[in-house]
Amino acid sequence: MPAGSQPAFSMRRSLFRKNLVTALLLAPAAVWLVVFLVLPFVAIAIFSVGERAPEGGYQAALTLAQYANLPARATAFWNTMVLAPAGALACLLVAYPVAYYLALRAPQRWRLILLALIVIPFWTSLLMRTYAWMYILGGRGIPALLAYVGIEDLRLINTPGAVLLGIVYGYLPLMILPIYVSLERLDRRLLEASADLGATPLSTFLSVTLRLSLPGVMTGFSLVMILLLGEYLIPTLLGGGKVFFIGNALVDLFLQSRNWPFGSAIAITLVLVSVVVLIVANRISTRLSGARRVDLI
Amino acid sequence: MRAFVVAVFAFLYLPIALVVLFSFNAGHHASEFTGFSAQWYGKALSNPFLVEALKNSLFIATTSALLAAFCGTAAALGLQRVGTRTRALFDALLGAAIVVPGVVIGISTLVALVQLFAVVNPFLASLWPTDQPPRLSLGYGSIIAAHGLFSMALVTMIVGTRLSSLDRNLVEASSDLYATPLTTFRSIVLPQIMPAIIAGFLLAFTFSFDDFIIAFFVAGAQTTLPIYVFASIRRGVTPEINAIATIVLCASVLLVLLAQWQLGRRKPSP
Repeated sequence: MPAGSQPAFSMRRSLFRKNLVTALLLAPAAVWLVVFLVLPFVAIAIFSVGERAPEGGYQAALTLAQYANLPARATAFWNTMVLAPAGALACLLVAYPVAYYLALRAPQRWRLILLALIVIPFWTSLLMRTYAWMYILGGRGIPALLAYVGIEDLRLINTPGAVLLGIVYGYLPLMILPIYVSLERLDRRLLEASADLGATPLSTFLSVTLRLSLPGVMTGFSLVMILLLGEYLIPTLLGGGKVFFIGNALVDLFLQSRNWPFGSAIAITLVLVSVVVLIVANRISTRLSGARRVDLI
Repeated sequence: MRAFVVAVFAFLYLPIALVVLFSFNAGHHASEFTGFSAQWYGKALSNPFLVEALKNSLFIATTSALLAAFCGTAAALGLQRVGTRTRALFDALLGAAIVVPGVVIGISTLVALVQLFAVVNPFLASLWPTDQPPRLSLGYGSIIAAHGLFSMALVTMIVGTRLSSLDRNLVEASSDLYATPLTTFRSIVLPQIMPAIIAGFLLAFTFSFDDFIIAFFVAGAQTTLPIYVFASIRRGVTPEINAIATIVLCASVLLVLLAQWQLGRRKPSP
């Protein structure tokens, strides 16, 4: 393109063009985020202070009645608030040794293959993976096999234990990855220094390895916990309507009993709890050492 | 420790392996393998509802992943050119799109769209010359948009990571050699970020194809494969579902492996 005759004018024009290109590049994403993330969130916030119309649906109002009614779903909250942290903790206990082995012990040429084997289940259908456990724990699976050896009438599916197992199975990869990342970046010389200074392997692990991997642990824990707060499939398929989560309450309120304002209040509460979990986890990990980002893939 | 790790890998893969194995079971029961047969695949693929759901899912996943790859890449490029404040705002919104539980995305999109349609549809009807005005309703469009939200955020993150590790010197050298910005983009930047875009597209496709909970809320009268499978599972476990699960699992594994291979590529092949 030939330069303009007036330099100042040309420069301003090219600046304008640069800004225009930037705006055009960002516009589709911005519109998408506003229309399908921000506006919907504002919508449920407004609904949550409204009233239920007699025929179901929404009637405009400004009341905190929906929030005052939250104890009506106390069982769902209770189950979620117990099983989500318990599930995240169980995930952590299984995930940490695996992440440790992958990051510090596994032979170099196996490391990436093993890591890929962890990532693949994370990106395959949770529905199908949970279904596999329905198959295994259901009447014709393990209980049928146990009946051969004389253990009769053992009920595995539709119990809190089955839900917990499903949670560990479903979310293990998401817990392993951030812990692996923080362990992998760990400065190996620190471990040698600690050993040289006479620390036992256990105290090296506790005061160096574990401490430095805590940001990864916190990231994994909070991610798993937040996703569990909104979980629906696992309690539905493995809890069989006996173990209700907040997700089940939301499906019921929005798709069956059509009490949208109350459902919105529950959803807003869910988001607020998630934000609190994130903030607390972030505080803990920044206090312990610099923040780390997570690689999900 | 090695034994524990082996046990965990077995824990991760045995259930999947079992579903695959029993999809080839001649008999009907999970407790006994009575012989090898591919009959359940035939049964599954001759079920018109299932095939319809599969087609819907393929269409929705392809469209939302294409849109996400395009908009996400544009956003990642745009974010390289803005100040820290705009960037932080975008990062926060994109992070929220990824972290907010699917159930909340589903219901809030449902609420917002139903309200929007309640306003737009009478308006359209009043403008339309004939008696049959078009009616906006939940369906393909709403699922594509809701899936696209997560996918776009994902693509922006993946492409953004690749862009920030791009060699700046190459871009400068290119413009020093009088290449126009567009030529520089086409011949320097695009080939370098292409693997990230492809990986983003594949993961977005996988996400949309596998998602149940968001589609459950915003599907309206449409059925996707996960919605169909969920409904059938609740009626009872059948070997037909094993066959479909096997197909879906194999497809996802293939796509994720492709995505990882693309992300692992440092330089594009000539």
